[in-house]
Amino acid sequence: MILAWITFIPFAGGLAAWAAARRGARPARWISVAALAADLALLLWLGAAGRESGAETYAVVRLPWIPSLGVGFELAMDGLSFLLVLLTVFLGLAAVLASWTGIERETGFFHFNLLAALTGIIGVFVAADLFLFYFFWELMLVPMYFLIALWGHERRRYAAVKFFLFTQLGGLAMLAAILALFFLHGRMTGDYTFQLRQLVGTPLSPGEARLILAGFLAAFLVKLPAVPFHTWLPDAHTEAPTAGSVILAGLLLKTGAYGILRFAVPLCPEAAAEFAPAAMVIAVIGILYGAVLAFAQRDIKRLVAYTSVSHMGFVLLGIFAWNEIALQGALIQVLCHGVSTGALFILCGALQERTGTRDLERMGGLWNSAPRMGGMWLFFALAALGLPGMGNFVGEFLVLLGAWRASVPLTVLAALGLVVSTVYAVWMVQKTFFGLNASNWRIPDLGVRETTSLCALMAVILWIGLYPGPFLNTARDSLANLREAAHAVLEAQSAPAAGGDHDRP
Amino acid sequence: MTVHDFAAIAPLLILSAAPVAVMLVIAVRRSHAASFALSAGALAAALLCLPLAASCSPRQVTPLLVVDAYTLFFAALILLAGLSVLLLSHDYLRIHEERREEFYVLLLTACLGSVIVAASRHFASFFLGLEALSVSLYVLIAYLRINASCIEAGLKYLILAAFSSAIMLFGMALVYRHSGTLALAGLSPAEGAAEPALLAGAVLIVVGIGFKLAVVPFHMWAPDIYEGAPAPVAGFVAAVSKGSVFAFLLRWLLEPAAAGDGPLGAIFTGIAVLSMFAGNLLALFQDNVKRMLAYSSIAHMGYLLVAFLASGPRRVMACLFYLAAYFVTTLGAFGVITVLSDKERDADALEDYRGLFSRRPWIAGVFTAMLLSLAGIPLTAGFIGKFFMLAAGVASGRWLLAASLIVTSGIGLFYYLRVLAVLYMPAAPAVDVPVRPLGTLALAALVALLVGLGVYPGLLTDWIPAMAIR
Repeated sequence: MILAWITFIPFAGGLAAWAAARRGARPARWISVAALAADLALLLWLGAAGRESGAETYAVVRLPWIPSLGVGFELAMDGLSFLLVLLTVFLGLAAVLASWTGIERETGFFHFNLLAALTGIIGVFVAADLFLFYFFWELMLVPMYFLIALWGHERRRYAAVKFFLFTQLGGLAMLAAILALFFLHGRMTGDYTFQLRQLVGTPLSPGEARLILAGFLAAFLVKLPAVPFHTWLPDAHTEAPTAGSVILAGLLLKTGAYGILRFAVPLCPEAAAEFAPAAMVIAVIGILYGAVLAFAQRDIKRLVAYTSVSHMGFVLLGIFAWNEIALQGALIQVLCHGVSTGALFILCGALQERTGTRDLERMGGLWNSAPRMGGMWLFFALAALGLPGMGNFVGEFLVLLGAWRASVPLTVLAALGLVVSTVYAVWMVQKTFFGLNASNWRIPDLGVRETTSLCALMAVILWIGLYPGPFLNTARDSLANLREAAHAVLEAQSAPAAGGDHDRP
Repeated sequence: MTVHDFAAIAPLLILSAAPVAVMLVIAVRRSHAASFALSAGALAAALLCLPLAASCSPRQVTPLLVVDAYTLFFAALILLAGLSVLLLSHDYLRIHEERREEFYVLLLTACLGSVIVAASRHFASFFLGLEALSVSLYVLIAYLRINASCIEAGLKYLILAAFSSAIMLFGMALVYRHSGTLALAGLSPAEGAAEPALLAGAVLIVVGIGFKLAVVPFHMWAPDIYEGAPAPVAGFVAAVSKGSVFAFLLRWLLEPAAAGDGPLGAIFTGIAVLSMFAGNLLALFQDNVKRMLAYSSIAHMGYLLVAFLASGPRRVMACLFYLAAYFVTTLGAFGVITVLSDKERDADALEDYRGLFSRRPWIAGVFTAMLLSLAGIPLTAGFIGKFFMLAAGVASGRWLLAASLIVTSGIGLFYYLRVLAVLYMPAAPAVDVPVRPLGTLALAALVALLVGLGVYPGLLTDWIPAMAIR
């Protein structure tokens, strides 16, 4: 049951914050912080207990939900899910702290939406039933829509609707794929169920598998985002309020990567193997395209948004290289990108709050008045460009190492992305904190609250960068299981085909 | 007729006696409170009699009516809907109309007609029930006599309903010529193809039913009438009158093959696809919330037909669940319009909703829930309903329908989101209407149902499969 608690504590906290908001914004904020802190404590306790027991999954919940449809309320947490949920709660806390002063209107409803979105995201990471997974997948959309549409910047309505439509359409295609899988499995075995562990290994004809994979990828590639489907991202990230951007970039994109890893590939491994070269090409295009476009931006949030496109390209590359090293790299990249981009968006928000603009051309020379902020900005910019010693470097390095085995030319091209990222990262720092202070900015430096939460994020980046062992170990078994499951299906499907050949005269 | 027969139709008997009783009370003394209380009591009593009727079911009562679990399901749905419309209408009438009492008589006869339609196993009883429903609706739609658009809507509905009834009657005559009976007998597609007159009859009946369901291309009346009718009546037309007619349609074409294959299947498929697209596309351009809801309900009937055309064991369950969700959502949405309406006009312009969240957060919350349910977002009944529709379409391999459902749902999001965004905009100075306790009560119940069904659909799905249709 502890898993259900972890999933729904943020939601309950959100409701409480909403209710408390009539007494002012402070109680709402504190309740949100308390709920997330409690969730974090519970999660860490579960992680410690899970590691001690040495079991494959840390915790499982299985309850009947809609038995007439074969839908169960089934949650499971293994090492992979644990790390991602940890990231979710951690960044959620940072997002609440980051919106401490920026949000003045409807604070209660804001915190409700923020925490409800977190519940949806946690649910996505722990759902072990495809119906439930879809349920959470959709659940995170509506609060996110409200966060952007109500508390966003100038073009918020447009960005919110675009975000919603892209993800919702992708989601519906995924629903069709889930249903097709459900019925195919049911017809074959007589067992109509949405349980993931039953559905993995469903024998599919190549045509079916391709269609089902296409349905899943429609949702996941939009969310990730991969290149032709990324156009919602710059708008949504730019127009969202700080907390919204943190959650979007830090967490929502990760659900796409997680979906591919946990669902799309293990459920149709053959089709995924077929699609892998194309996916890796898309990934490399994303890496380069995102990086080049980032360099061309004047809006600072838009710049960071495009770096996300580039960095998530590495994740996609790692996943579809599908070997141990590449998968580990993708996971580390997911965690570090979440933290570092989250931090960059928090800093963007702080900058915008202080200067009232997001235009790079109007900034410059801010270091003198805000050295602490400048230091942070420099640190996270360096993390984003993948400086050794930071977590992002570990992730990108492992991905490239793994991808090398899959395709050398693509790896070389992807490595070029690192060069371009250096350019935009240095440019980003130079334009804001160095150079001429043409507008005579004098801005207050980071306060205690901001410094604390950013230092925590910084510590995580350094920890992963210098000593990634614990993180890799935590997820090793679950990643190995995913690969085994996929391989088992591949072998099972090639065996009858080979037998069929023998039968032929 | 035995005692058991009477017990089985007890809800109908109560519903028939109630309008007479209310009329007599009005004749003695005009009292809004008394007529309201008597009508509410009658609806509640009819609801309470359902378990009694269930204990005697399944039972064929005369060749005309059948009381089985399916009938009782719809009776419950219709009575609950009638009750919520009644609650919503009370305050609405108090501010709008001098002569309020007859409204309740007509509402009761409309409910009676709807239940008869859902219970009928015979074209004669179907037609009688349908006319009882329609004639009540003519007057209900035009009830606010001082309002010109109301009268216009009533007249339009009168002409179109009479017209569609005539078409349907002709269809029934053709079917009768072939089969020699008006009792409902399954129509097999082979039979239909072999006998042109029978097929023609069936098609004409489908056209008539299509008018009542307001599916494309028989949908033109819906936006005008929803716009003109008093908001609670519009909710009744959208939910109850469509629901009961659909109940009859499903009973008539119970065999999936009868509905989904052959020429009728092609017609229904065309209607479904057209309704989904036209409903959603036309709704995009509406600035009037009632008109938007009208087009949205056209689209929802299209979605419903996806499950209707499916085969497989879950077809009936999917249809029934979807209808229940649709009832709750539609009544809720029109309920919100009702409680926000003032004396001059209904709150049907998009502008009336600007900043509703800061003025009336609870009502805005209710409307949000209803809109999300219409859009099919989780935690609402509409989500589970849409899931069932898509599941039915995918299970029976009707890819055209499933794909249309996906694409049009995406289009639909646009206009639901548009209204949602308006709700949460900074407030505009607006004249606020006082809180209406009874209407708010009804809305609270509807939201509870909406979320209840959305979170735990087992409430309904657990006992739907047990309902064999006769």
